[in-house]
Amino acid sequence: MSEFSPKIVAFVCNWCTYAGADLTGTSRMKYSPQVSIIRFPCTGRIDFMLLLKAFANGADGIIVSGCHPNDCHYSSGNFHARRRWIVFRGLLDFLGIDVRRVQFSWVSAAEGAKWAQLVDATAGNIRQLGPFSDYQRLRRGLGVG
Amino acid sequence: MDALKNKARELLAAKTVQVVIGYGRGSGGAARAVFVREASKADTLVFDDGCRQNLAVYLMKPEVRKLGKAALVAIPSTLRAVLQLAAENQVGEHDLLALVVTPAGEVVQLATLQAIEAHVASLDPDLSTAEKEELKKYEALSLEQRRQFWQEQFSRCLKCYACRAACPLCYCSRCTVECNQPQWIPVPAHDLGNLEWNVMRAMHLAGRCVNCGDCHRACPVGIPLYLLNQKLISDVFANFNFRSGMAVKTDNAMSTFKPNDSEDFIR
Repeated sequence: MSEFSPKIVAFVCNWCTYAGADLTGTSRMKYSPQVSIIRFPCTGRIDFMLLLKAFANGADGIIVSGCHPNDCHYSSGNFHARRRWIVFRGLLDFLGIDVRRVQFSWVSAAEGAKWAQLVDATAGNIRQLGPFSDYQRLRRGLGVG
Repeated sequence: MDALKNKARELLAAKTVQVVIGYGRGSGGAARAVFVREASKADTLVFDDGCRQNLAVYLMKPEVRKLGKAALVAIPSTLRAVLQLAAENQVGEHDLLALVVTPAGEVVQLATLQAIEAHVASLDPDLSTAEKEELKKYEALSLEQRRQFWQEQFSRCLKCYACRAACPLCYCSRCTVECNQPQWIPVPAHDLGNLEWNVMRAMHLAGRCVNCGDCHRACPVGIPLYLLNQKLISDVFANFNFRSGMAVKTDNAMSTFKPNDSEDFIR
């Protein structure tokens, strides 16, 4: 049997992390290919429901990343997002959802190397945790959604 | 109780308010909400320990708003809900006044939002010791035990949205669950949608819930929704030092931030 290849969805902001990930590529740095990047205008736009939808649609792990504090293109989107993640993470944990499957990070447009490390480290962690079958099982019997 | 009836009669006769929203006797002697619009009907009002519903929920119903200015028979969570609604610009100075029945049976009229704020300042917004202990008990369970507990609880959810209807702060005229392009939450009562609905309900009340417990009491299948609310109340206070429903003007926990908000999980 082949090794488990995790599906990782990365929610990133347009201005910092997306550009950072672009830099990783243009710098020819190699990193785990299991990540699918979704670009958002800002981390402030990343609703917690989008994370739940990613899990429901088969993600084994999630990366959420944006500009460092004080670097937000819209000046405060990432601060609002930080509050949201503090609360959301506590709630997920309380509900018995393994928060190690959601990795939050700040990656700037200059941190191409950090992006590669982040994805590799997250892919490694998720590989150890295995498929998120507890969550994917919730979909059973549901035609659409 | 006579003091309350007299007060209601007086307010309605003087047309200070158009409706008194209070408690009356329902089937089996249970307390239920009544809407008294004529001074002659003020005798239907009652007040005792069984009056636990947060009547602030009616302030946001369009059919009740239409009646005009309301006098609201208020317990502590009602007052906090009113303040939270005011902080969210949902009720104004001229929409209501609150009637608080003291343990001695006297009625205190709180005619302005400032008066309500001053009254609420003497209340302790913290969770009770029993509530804190229960929360700790669940937090101490293993991840897998918590997952199984909540999956079992949510498996009973009927998606009737009684929790939403009972909540004074769930007032959006168009809720995400009724939104079908995209369909955020699957319509049938199904494990996935049940989890998503309950996460969303809790998250949308983060930093806003005043812990009245009406969602839990309204739930026909007894899902302990109060645990989720109290978890968020405790987290919001621990992280942001914020209590909902304590002031007319406030920066709500989730719609503001501090540059030095601290966490230990963003790498």
